[in-house]
Amino acid sequence: MILLKLASKSLLNRRASVLLSLLTIAISVMLLLTIERVRMQAKESFAATVSGTDLIVGARTGDIQLLLASVFRIGHMNNGVSWQSYKDISSKKGIKWALPLSLGDTHKGYAVLGTTGDYFSHFQYGKKQHLSFSSGAPFAEDNEVVLGAEVAKRLGYGLGDNIVVAHGMGKTSFHHHDDKPLVVVGILAATGTPVDKTLHIPLIAIAQLHGAQAHHEDEEQHNHNEPHAADLIGEPKQISAFLLGFDSPLYTLQVRRNINNYKGEPLMAIMPGVTLRELWGMLAMVEKLLLLFSIVVLLVSLLGMLTTLLANLSQRRRELAILRSVGAKPWHIFSLMSMESLLISLLGTSFGVALSYLLLTLAQPQLQAQAGINIDLQGISSYELMLIAVIMAAAWIVGLIPAVRAYFYSLHDGMSVKT
Amino acid sequence: MIDIDKLWFSWQGHTGQPTLSIDALHIAKGEHLFLHGPSGSGKSTLLSLLAGIQTPQRGSIRLNGTAIETLSSAQRDQFRADHLGYIFQSFNLLPYLSPIENVTLACAFSKLRKQRALAHQASLNEVAHTLLTQLGLAPQFHQQPVNTLSIGQQQRVAAARAVIGDPEIIIADEPTSALDEANRQAFIELLFAQTDKTGATVVFVSHEQSLAPLFSKVVHLDDLQGAADDLA
Repeated sequence: MILLKLASKSLLNRRASVLLSLLTIAISVMLLLTIERVRMQAKESFAATVSGTDLIVGARTGDIQLLLASVFRIGHMNNGVSWQSYKDISSKKGIKWALPLSLGDTHKGYAVLGTTGDYFSHFQYGKKQHLSFSSGAPFAEDNEVVLGAEVAKRLGYGLGDNIVVAHGMGKTSFHHHDDKPLVVVGILAATGTPVDKTLHIPLIAIAQLHGAQAHHEDEEQHNHNEPHAADLIGEPKQISAFLLGFDSPLYTLQVRRNINNYKGEPLMAIMPGVTLRELWGMLAMVEKLLLLFSIVVLLVSLLGMLTTLLANLSQRRRELAILRSVGAKPWHIFSLMSMESLLISLLGTSFGVALSYLLLTLAQPQLQAQAGINIDLQGISSYELMLIAVIMAAAWIVGLIPAVRAYFYSLHDGMSVKT
Repeated sequence: MIDIDKLWFSWQGHTGQPTLSIDALHIAKGEHLFLHGPSGSGKSTLLSLLAGIQTPQRGSIRLNGTAIETLSSAQRDQFRADHLGYIFQSFNLLPYLSPIENVTLACAFSKLRKQRALAHQASLNEVAHTLLTQLGLAPQFHQQPVNTLSIGQQQRVAAARAVIGDPEIIIADEPTSALDEANRQAFIELLFAQTDKTGATVVFVSHEQSLAPLFSKVVHLDDLQGAADDLA
C-alpha cells in the first residue's frame, strides 16, 4: 500500500511529463481501438448484406461488379437480363424462389429497386434474417412503395406520403415524373445493410416510370373486382439481375454452370458468399495497413513512455537511496517503478478507451451515411478486451526496463549516491 | 552496540586491494562517535557496510548483538529498517512527500519502529509533528512542500526521520556540511537531545575537525585502517 501511495504521489509530482506519456498512450489506444472496431464492424456489416441467396444472376460482367450493383447498389449494370431468360431459369427444377431486381432509378439519391412482393418474404440478410416491417405492409398496388429504414428516417417520410421517383441516377434529376406519385405503404425495420437505403417498388412501376403503359386496360378492369391481385409485374423486357434460392444448396454449382453456359444470352451467376470474401480480400490490404499504422503508433507511444521513465530514473537515484536507507528492499524499488509504469499505462489505456468511444459516437452518423458501416456502440468485445490486455502487457513489459535498472541501481548504489 | 572485528573489504572482491581493513572498533551503547576522515578514506564504504548494503569479505560487524554479515540481504534490509536511522549529507527528502510524510516514511518499512513510535502517541503524524517541533521546525512548515524548506530545515526533517521509532543506531553522513557554523552546532545538539532520550548510538561522519569536541568519542578513520587504504 505504501508503494502504491509513493508511486501515485511521485507520478503526481512529475505530472507534466507523466501526463504527456499518458496522453500518447491514450491517443494510440484510441487509434487502435477505433480502427479495429470500424474494421470489425465494416467486415461484419459487409458480410451481413446478403444471406440465404444461393446465386446472383446478371449479364456477363465482373463478379464483383455484379455483386456491387445488385447488392450494394454501387455502380450499375451495363447490360440487363431479358425477362425471358429470367422466367426460363427461375422455372428450372430445384429452384425454390427467384427475385427479379430492376435497378437504375433513384429518389433523392437513394436507389429505387423494382421487384416482386416475394422480395419481402425471401430476401435474407445477416444471419439468415428476413426483412421485417416496422410499419405498414408490402406493396399491393402498382403505385405503392416500401421504404428502407434510413430512407424513411432521413427524408422524413411516413405511411401515406406521396413521393416522386426520378428516372436515372444521381441526386438531382431533371427528368421527374410528377404525374405518377407513389404512396408509401410500408417501412422496413433497419437492417444495417443497403436495404435501408433503398425504395422498393413493384416491377411494373419501373416500367411505368420509363413510359411503358401497356397495362391501362387491366387497371380499369380491376376497379370493380372485389379481392383482386393487382398486376405488379407487367411485361418488363429486361431486369438488372435476379437472386436465386434453391431447395438444396447441392444444386448451386450445377445451376451456376448451366447459367454461365446459357444459350439465350451471355449470363453469369455468382455465389454471393464467395464474391463477398473476394471483395473483402481486396480491401484487406487497406485494412492491414491501418492496423499496422496503429500498432506503430502504439509502439512509438510506449517507447516515449520508456524514454521518459529512463530519463527520470537517473535523476531519481537519490530518491531510491533514501528509500533504501529507510529499509526498502530492492524488490520494493522494483515494484514501485513497475507500478508507476503500470499506473501510467492503466490510466492512459482507460482514457484511450473513453476517447475511442467518444470518437466513434461522433463519427457514427457519418460512417453510417457515407460508408454504410453500422457502428455498434455496445460494450467492449472480448477481442477488444484482448487488445487492451495486450497493450497493458506491452506497457508493463516496457515499464519493467526502468524497473530492472532501478533494481540494480538500488543494489549497487546503496546509500552512496553521488548527485 | 557496534563491534567491528578484523573487518576486511575490497570492491574488487577477495583478491583485490582492501578498501577498508579495520582490526577492531568498539562503540558502546549511547555513545556519540565522531568518525573523522578525509574524502577517499573509505568513509562511504564503512557506512555501506554498517548499513548492511555491502557485506565484508572477511571479519565481522555486530550491531546490537547481531552479526549482520550472516544475514541474507533481505534480512539486512529489514535490520536496517528496524534498527538504523540514516541521515544523508543533503537531499534527504522525497520531494513529493510533505515533511510529516517524509518522517513517517521510516515506519513504513518497519513494524517495530511503527510500534515503538505509537507507544508514545496515538498516531504517526502526531509523533512526527512532535519530533519536528522538538528539532526546531515550526509547525507551519510541517505540511509545506519540502522544496520550499531551507537546507537547515530539510536536515531537521531528515533527523526526525532518523530518530522516529527509536532505532538503536543513528548514522549521519556529513549531515552538517551544507549548514553554516551556527546551524551546525545547533543541529548536532538537537540531534543528541533526541538520541539521548532513547540511548541511541550515534555514528557521525565528518571531515570538519571543529565539530569533534561535541562528541564523546573521536576516531580517525586513518588510524583505524590497518593495511593499504589509499583507494579512492
